[in-house]
Formats: sequence, C-alpha cells, structure tokens
Amino acid sequence: MKAFVPIAVVVAMLATVPAFLHSNVVLNFLVVTLMIALAGQGWNILGGYGGQYSFGHAAFFGTGAYVTAILQMRYGVNAWLGFAAGIAAGAVIGAIVGGLAFRAGLRSSYFALVTLAFAEVLRILASVAPITGAGVGILLKLDLGTRSFQFQSRAIFYLVILALVAVALVIARLLERSRFGAWLIAVRENEDAAMALGVDAFAVKLGAMIISAAITAAAGCFYVQYFLFIDAGIGYGSWISIEALLTPIIGGTGTVFGALLGALVVKSLGEGAKLITGDIPGLDLMIYGAVLILVIRFAPRGLVGAVTDAYDYLRPAAQKRAVEAAHG
Amino acid sequence: MVEPLLRVEGVSRRFGGLLAVNAVSLSAPAASITALIGPNGAGKTTLFSVISGFLKPSAGHVRYDGMDVTGEPPHRLARRGIARTFQIVQPFAGLTVRHNIAVGAHLRHRARDVALQMAEQVGREVGLGELLDRPAHTLTVAGRKRLELARALATEPKVLLLDEVLAGLNPSEIRAIVPAIRALATRGIAIVMIEHMMQAAMSLADRVFVLAEGRIIAEGSPAEVVADPEVVEAYLGHGAAARMRAAYGH
Repeated sequence: MKAFVPIAVVVAMLATVPAFLHSNVVLNFLVVTLMIALAGQGWNILGGYGGQYSFGHAAFFGTGAYVTAILQMRYGVNAWLGFAAGIAAGAVIGAIVGGLAFRAGLRSSYFALVTLAFAEVLRILASVAPITGAGVGILLKLDLGTRSFQFQSRAIFYLVILALVAVALVIARLLERSRFGAWLIAVRENEDAAMALGVDAFAVKLGAMIISAAITAAAGCFYVQYFLFIDAGIGYGSWISIEALLTPIIGGTGTVFGALLGALVVKSLGEGAKLITGDIPGLDLMIYGAVLILVIRFAPRGLVGAVTDAYDYLRPAAQKRAVEAAHG
Repeated sequence: MVEPLLRVEGVSRRFGGLLAVNAVSLSAPAASITALIGPNGAGKTTLFSVISGFLKPSAGHVRYDGMDVTGEPPHRLARRGIARTFQIVQPFAGLTVRHNIAVGAHLRHRARDVALQMAEQVGREVGLGELLDRPAHTLTVAGRKRLELARALATEPKVLLLDEVLAGLNPSEIRAIVPAIRALATRGIAIVMIEHMMQAAMSLADRVFVLAEGRIIAEGSPAEVVADPEVVEAYLGHGAAARMRAAYGH
C-alpha cells in the first residue's frame, strides 16, 4: 500500500484547490492542464515505459471525443455510456494501429511515422465524413445535469478530470509493480534480450498500446463533455499528439508523476507568457520548444529525474554532515 | 541410448549467396557440457541464433526433448526451457542488476516479490551479490558477462546456450566463473558453449564439436579433437598439420 501514498497525497492536495480558488479562469486553466496530463499519461504508458514513441496519439484522443459525441447526438445514448464507449473505441483503434505496426516489426522513427500517418488519415476522414459533421464538427446540446455529464460548476468538472488523472496515476504505479510492467520496460531497454528471456515482445507492446490508447481516449471523451464541441482539427489535430508526448518527456518519461508535472509546468509557462505579452498566436508552441530544448540539454530524464538526481546528490552530503556532527 | 535433450539435425542457414551454416548436426545431452569451437566466422553464433529462434533455418530441424521446435519464436523457446546469452552483452542498461535478473525470473513467476527474491538468489549464485542494486551500465565486462549468465539462469532453463561468456575475462575471473558453469551441468542442465578460450573450454567440455566455414569438421572428446589434423588446419591454415608433424616429428 505504501507505494500508493504519494499518489494519494498529490491527488488529495489537488482536490482541495477548488475550496479556496473560485476564479473560473484559473479553474478552467487547471481543468485543461489535467486533461493534457491525462492524455500525456496515456502516451507515457507506451512511450515512457515501453519506449515506443508515438507521434499520433491524436488518433485516440479524437476517437474518444468523436465516439462520445456521435453516440449522444446521433443515437441518443446516455453521456456516461458514451464516455465509456469512447474509451473502448480508443482502445480498439490502439489495438488496430499497434497490431499492424508491431506485427510489421516497426521500431523507433518508423513506428512514430506510422502513428502520425494514422492520426492524419483519421483527421482527413473526420473532416469529410457526414457522421463526424465533416468540416462543421459536432456541437453537443447543452443539457446541464449529472445524467448528461454536464455541470454548471467548473469545480465539478475539475474533480472529474482529477479523478481520471488519479486512475491513470494508479495504473502507472500498478504497471511498475507487475510482471507486465517489468516485461514492458525490458522491451524498452533491449527488445532482443527481452525475447531471449521469454518475453513476447509483440504481445507486451500491443497490450501497452491498448492501455495507452484507452487513457488518451478518456482525455478526448472529457474534452467533448467539457467544451461540448469537437471538429477534425481539434480531435485529430497534431496539437494533441504534440502535447501528449511533450508533457511526459518534459516531466520525465517512464515515471508515475512525469506527465502531470510536465503538464503543470508547460501549461503554466504557456499561459504565463500569454498573460505577459498578450495573446500572440503560436507563442505557447515557442515556449514548449524552448522548454523541451532546455530539458533535453540539462535534464534528459525530465523534471522528475532532475529532482531525484538532486535528492540523491544532496542526501549523502546530509548524511555525512550528520555523521560528522555525531562524532563532533 | 537416451535421446539427447537438444538435437540439431542438418541445419543450414543461408544469407543471400553465403551459406553461413551448412547441414550441421549436433546433440547436447542433459547434465553435460558441449563445446562448440571454431575459427572466427565459422557460423557458431548463427547456429545459436537458429537454435534459440532468432533466425529461421533455411533447412534442417531443431529438436528439443523429442519435439520439433524448428522456427519457433525466441520467447516460446525460452518458455520451453531453452535460454541463451549474447556474445555482445545486452544488459537492460537503465535497470539495476536485480531488476535485470528479475525479468528472467518473471518467466516462471508472476509475482513481483517472488521474482525479485529469486533474482537476488541467482545474483548471489553467480557472484553478483555485492552489485545487485547497481545500474547494469556501471558493470565491468566481467560483471556484464555474469549478468548475462544470471538472467538466463533465472528463466530456469533445461538447455543453456552460452555464447563466449569467458571472452574478455582475465584468468582469475575465468577461474572464478568456471566452477559456476560446471555446477550448472551437474544440476542437470544441458550446456552448449561457444568458446574461444581453448584451455577453459577443453577443461570444461565433455564433448566438443568443431565448426569451420559452416560445417562440422570434427567431433569427440577434447583430447580427440585437438589431435585431429583437420582441426589444426582449420585454425592454422592448409598444410599446417603436415608441417607440424615434420617439425616436431610425430
């Protein structure tokens, strides 16, 4: 149980935020940040723990969003059911993309390019197909109420996305403590060596892809319920693929809190810069680029890695001082 | 005669125009050490890759415990009980020694704590007890060779393919690891080892196969093999055996 204490502490602290922060602007910022953290945590399962860098997680985000929206607006399905179906649909797309790419033996940049291609194909299809509203997109009917998963208060949305992030954090921690996780990390470190030790690399990567896709799809489902709108550029656009991989890389790949920390830092810097300079288009992307370069140069294991390194560096010094003090 | 645990029958492997392994047959019984020696480029590692499933043979069969396992993928062969080490060591560099070995232990043990416990036990067995919590990339060459051995052992294999685990070690390191390998054979494992350290290989092996230019040119006890003129010529060049006879008079 001890392993889950840090997650409980972080989530509990974040849960108290709406109690003393009532600004809708700040809450809105935090909701979007947590949504990106959720999408990033999905990427982190496959990319961080499994070493398979996807450039097309938009494929899952958009599928989650569109399935949730289409089921509600075209088939009158309950919003919560739609949400669950959106997650499942994301997992199915993950299984298809992963099954094809991994069966073909695609690794590193080839895998990244294929995922990018899938996301782009889906974006183009969604921008012309009637069922996705083509270029117009889908607008959800305003229907406030718990049953329809629409809330007047941003604080409730905030708690919903926080709960989803908490589940994603727990999934990462469970992964770290399981055989499946050990095999996934082994595949990341050295696929041939893993296979020689009895690891079915294809099955392990596919499993990670499905979990990863489902988590990122959940972020897409949430997007639709929160903004009540989806179109091809948002759902399948490259912005979400980039943010989903940027946050865990900056925060620390293959760590439980990397995506959450990365999202908080990146989004704060982006929004902060906009506040100071006025809303210059593309400024947030420039900030992301600059942060990415700094992190890769000075903290290649991300912010979480930098923090643990600093801790390991300081701890022996502290111990030495304690010993010296004791011997006076 | 008892059916040997591992039997390779007429295996060939072709890379384009190059016949790297040419109709090789060999067998390895349980509880014994079989050495595979031969000059560089003879096809030893290619043969290992075929046996362990990393390469499919162009022709021939691999039988394990009486079953035809030709062309099965590596992970399934590992599950059956065939483990290998790599000539060029392949540690999971970012993980600790303990976590490296635990990946192997997980093959037969789902629970994390059981696998970690077993990793510690196997690690101590091969002399990595002091280094269990060190990242694998900080190990010396000798340490990495031991780690290769430990990971393979943690899968609880019945056949163990060792690809030059002694190469790159100094004499005292070899003296330390040789008894460990001998102990594995007495425990019942069929060991097949590729080795360039002739002295160590000859003292360890119960039976030796000599591979040259893709073909088995000799097999027998260590003493028989070193006396074979064809083996001498494979290493020292055509006519070497005759010149040696002339020079040393026997």
